[in-house]
Amino acid sequence: MSARATRTAMAVVMALTVAGCAAGDDRAAGGAADGRITGAVTVFAAASLTESFRRIGKDFEAANPGSTVTLNVAGSSALANQINQGAPADVFASAAPANMATVTKAGNAEGAPTTFARNQLVIAVPRGNPGGVTGLADLSRPGVKVALCADQVPCGAAARTVLDAAGVALTPVTLEQDVKGALAKVKLGEVDAALVYRTDTRAASADVTGVEFPESARAVNDYPIVALKDAPNPDGARAFVAYVRSAPAQAVLAEAGFQAP
Amino acid sequence: MPAALLIPAGLGLLFLVLPLAGLLIRAPWTTLPERLTEPGALTALRLSVQTATLATALCLLLGVPLAWVLARVEFPGRRLVRALVTVPLVLPPVVGGVALLLVFGRRGLLGGWLDSTFGVTLPFTTTGVVLAEAFVAMPFLVIAVEGALRAADHRFEEAAATLGASRWTTFTHVTLPLVAPGLAAGAVLCWARALGEFGATITFAGNYPGRTQTMPLAVYLALETDLESAIVLSLVLLVVSVGILVALRDRWMTTA
Repeated sequence: MSARATRTAMAVVMALTVAGCAAGDDRAAGGAADGRITGAVTVFAAASLTESFRRIGKDFEAANPGSTVTLNVAGSSALANQINQGAPADVFASAAPANMATVTKAGNAEGAPTTFARNQLVIAVPRGNPGGVTGLADLSRPGVKVALCADQVPCGAAARTVLDAAGVALTPVTLEQDVKGALAKVKLGEVDAALVYRTDTRAASADVTGVEFPESARAVNDYPIVALKDAPNPDGARAFVAYVRSAPAQAVLAEAGFQAP
Repeated sequence: MPAALLIPAGLGLLFLVLPLAGLLIRAPWTTLPERLTEPGALTALRLSVQTATLATALCLLLGVPLAWVLARVEFPGRRLVRALVTVPLVLPPVVGGVALLLVFGRRGLLGGWLDSTFGVTLPFTTTGVVLAEAFVAMPFLVIAVEGALRAADHRFEEAAATLGASRWTTFTHVTLPLVAPGLAAGAVLCWARALGEFGATITFAGNYPGRTQTMPLAVYLALETDLESAIVLSLVLLVVSVGILVALRDRWMTTA
């Protein structure tokens, strides 16, 4: 099954069987009895963190032998919903404070979230830039096909803020359900431009070029992270959150194009 | 009646019906009226019913002849063709959407030519939604109709031929009425599959309200922020589709 369909199915199943999804199932219950972190750490991370968190997860496993990091990446709002419906997650890393607030307000976070990275929008254009896009104003030119994220997900909210602030009115051809969806349409050359995060264009630099534009400073996204209250592996959760804020993990994030908090 | 059949039958029914009960229990009944009349929901519903119906028409137009060829014409490689017809069934719909883009997309095998010759672009259009739905739903129709054709008695067709009917007359006046129940069942399956289509649609046609945002896409996006809205939209889709299917069943399939 595709990742997207799996996510939908998960969200629906969770919505329907809240009671059945209690934590403490047969997954390896990790622990730190002797000060070492072991067992599975399940990290729910925003789609834009896919590549960096994959590396950070590997580094974390290397630093903590016996631990395994499982990533579930999706749009932050979908992840927040899954967590509030009782998904057995240890850590939540969101692409926007609003989606983090969904989780903290529901009382599902352990302590206060901390910002571990910042990200900014760029205009992603396919190789060769067929639409001749050099700035935000070009996106409203007739004949230029633009993909945006839907308003419900952080990249869409940020795009809305930037476009409104710059006074650029445009009709996108599609409103994608997460940032990777918008990026895929650029990669395939089906649209001339999409507003995505700088980090996404770096990760896809073979097919996509990122065009920087000054207005993006108006909507800088803070990325908060938190250990979850019903974490099946609470020690692992705390250790992972601490690791993401450590120098080696911050270096990975910087290389991916994130700004330091 | 043997318990060995009744118990699993009951469990099977429960398994299919319980999730529906979950939807009904969690539905926000008090705010239902205002949620139902939100313009976005009705737009998506109308688009869903329209595109699923058009996709079914397209599947009938192309799928019935295909089923006839598979059932009645001996040719080398028939097994392979039959296997190819079922590919969309096993292909994850998102992959189907990507595949459609690679053919009909702007840089696709045919898409570039369609664009430069006729000025036709299919991705991100309502036509694109119909194509994506038809791609995913056609095997249901072809398999059902082919099965009906194989089960139908050849002697009626032969009798028609000996009485001087042309092959076309035989097909329209004997074969089609003979397989009508199978055809109706196939069309209903096809329509239902098209109505629920998500993956190929969002990949090939994108998501834009009023143009390509069908009900399943609206449900998915509602799920991002508002679970209750998602449940209401799901219920609407369910009630409308079951209503239409029951109405059609009474009309077409009473003898089936």
